[in-house]
Amino acid sequence: MKQIIDFKIIEKQSFQRAALLKLKSATQLPEIAGGQFVNVRVDGCNKAYLRRPISIHDVDYQNNTIDLLIQEKHEGTKRLCAMSVGAKVNVVLPLGNGFTMPDKDDNILLVGGGIGIAPLLYFAKKCNYLQNVNFLLGGRTQSDLMLLGRFRNEGDVFITTNDGSMGEKGFVTDHSLWNTLKINKIYACGPMPMMKAVAKKAREKGIWCEVSLENQMACGIGACLCCVENTKEGNVCVCKEGPVFNIERLLW
Amino acid sequence: MVKTEIKLKGLTLKNPVMTASGTFGYGEEYADFVDLSELGGIIVKGTTLHHREGNPYPRMAETPMGMLNCVGLQNKGVDYFIETIYPRIRNFETNVLVNVSGSNIDDYVTAAAKIDALEDIPAIELNVSCPNVKQGGMAFGVTCSGIEQVVKAVREVYHKHLMVKLSPNVTNIAEIAFAAEAAGADSVSLINTLLGMAIDAETRKPVLSMVTGGLSGACVKPVALRMVWQVSKAVQIPVIGLGGISSATDAIEFLLAGASAIQIGTANFIDPAISAKVAKGIVEYCERQGVEDVNELIGGMII
Repeated sequence: MKQIIDFKIIEKQSFQRAALLKLKSATQLPEIAGGQFVNVRVDGCNKAYLRRPISIHDVDYQNNTIDLLIQEKHEGTKRLCAMSVGAKVNVVLPLGNGFTMPDKDDNILLVGGGIGIAPLLYFAKKCNYLQNVNFLLGGRTQSDLMLLGRFRNEGDVFITTNDGSMGEKGFVTDHSLWNTLKINKIYACGPMPMMKAVAKKAREKGIWCEVSLENQMACGIGACLCCVENTKEGNVCVCKEGPVFNIERLLW
Repeated sequence: MVKTEIKLKGLTLKNPVMTASGTFGYGEEYADFVDLSELGGIIVKGTTLHHREGNPYPRMAETPMGMLNCVGLQNKGVDYFIETIYPRIRNFETNVLVNVSGSNIDDYVTAAAKIDALEDIPAIELNVSCPNVKQGGMAFGVTCSGIEQVVKAVREVYHKHLMVKLSPNVTNIAEIAFAAEAAGADSVSLINTLLGMAIDAETRKPVLSMVTGGLSGACVKPVALRMVWQVSKAVQIPVIGLGGISSATDAIEFLLAGASAIQIGTANFIDPAISAKVAKGIVEYCERQGVEDVNELIGGMII
C-alpha cells in the first residue's frame, strides 16, 4: 500500500553534484521492491512546485530508513541536495513496479549510467539468493561513480568512463565484458541514449532485458497521464505501468 | 455539528469538496491516500466517445507555482469506461461524475446518452474547455453560440445533473456561463486551464510537444476566484469553483466568492491526501467562525 510519510534526514553525504540522504521514518516502512521509486516534496522552492521522483537506493526495514542518492539537476533536486541532517522530508512511496526478480540460476548484469546506478544497489540486495551479481557502471568521469564500495559488497563491479579516468574508456556498451561474460538477463537504468544502446546490445545478443525509464512526471501515481511512453500497447504511464519495462514492450 | 451538505439539482454532495477531472484518475489511484467517502464527489478523467491516444510526450512543463499540460484527453473511450471501469467504481461511497468531451456535437451527444443510462453516475461534467485538442474541446466553449449548441444537444439526451465546465480563455466568461444556463445547464464549473506555453531558452525549442498547453496550480487561483465571482453574479444556477485550490482556506474563498462547491485539481499531485484535508478544514473553519451550515458561506463575501 502506498503511503505518505514524513521522514527525517538522519545522515547525509555530499558529492560533487549529488547527495546521499538517509531518511528515517517514525512508522513501519511498507514493503518496497527493487526498482520502485519515491516522490519527494520540495518545500520552500517556487520553481519546484511538483514532487521529485527519486529512485530508492537502499532500504533498512529494521531501522525504517531509506537511502536516496540524488543528483543535482534543476532547482528542485538542488534544493533537496542542500537539505541538512534533521530536516523533514515528505515522501510518497513506494511507487511504480520494480524489476522482475531473476530465477535462482540466472546470471544477471545490472547496467547503470550516471545517477541511474542508484536503484541497482537495492535491487542487487533483493537478489541475494543468486550466486553472483554483476554490475556494469558507467559515468562521464570518475567522480560520477559514487559509493562504489557499496556496490562491491553486493557483487562484481565493472566500470567505464567516457574520459578513461576510471575503468575502461568509453560507454557501458563498449566494455570488454560483453565478449566474455555469460549472462542471460540485463537490467538497466540511466540516461535514455545509454538505455537505448543497452537495449540494442541485448537484442543483438538475444538477451532478456528490462530498463527503468525516467520520463518527466507530475503525479507519480497514474492520474495525470503526463509521463507517458509510447509503447507497443500505446501511450502508458511510466509512473504506474513502469518505470521498469521489458524492452519488448517498447518501440525502441 | 456543522451542516456540510450541498444540494444541487438532482445531485446531493455530502460536502462541497470534489476532485477535478484529469487530476484524480478514476479515484482508485488515490484510494490509498484518501477515504473517498469523505468527499462530496469525484470527477473522473475526461471521456470521449472513441479511444484517444492523447498527444505525444512531453506533455508537461513545470512553471512557478504551477504546471502546463497538453495531455490531450487520452482515454480508452466511453464503451471501455462503461464495461471495465464503471463496475469497479460505481459503488464508491461518493458521487462519481464523468467528464465528457468530444470533437463534434454528435460525439458529445452519443457519449452523454450512454452515460445517462448508468444508474450510479448522477451527473456529467461537460468539457467544452479542453485547450489541448485540435477539434472540439475548447472550440465549443469560447463562443456563446458554440456552447449553446452543444449544451442544448446534450440536454436533450441527458436527464440527470448537467454540469458544464467553462474555459477561462474568453473575453467575458459571464456571457458564456449565461449562454450555458440558457441552453439548459444545471450548473457551471470553472475554470478549466489557462492557455499558456513554455520555451527552453537553451535549445530554443518549446517544452511541450504541442507548443501550448493548459496552466493549472496555485498560480491560477486569483484569476479563477475573480471569474467565479463574476459568473456567480451573472447566472442563477450553482457555480462550482476550481483553479489552484490547495487548502481549506482557498476553498472557503471560492465559496465566499459565490461557488456552491469546489474542485481540487493540481494540488492532488503535490499532496495526494489534500482533498479530504480540505473537507475537514472547511468544517474547522465553520466551527471557529460559528457557521452552522456551509451553505451560509456561499456568496458571503462582504464588500
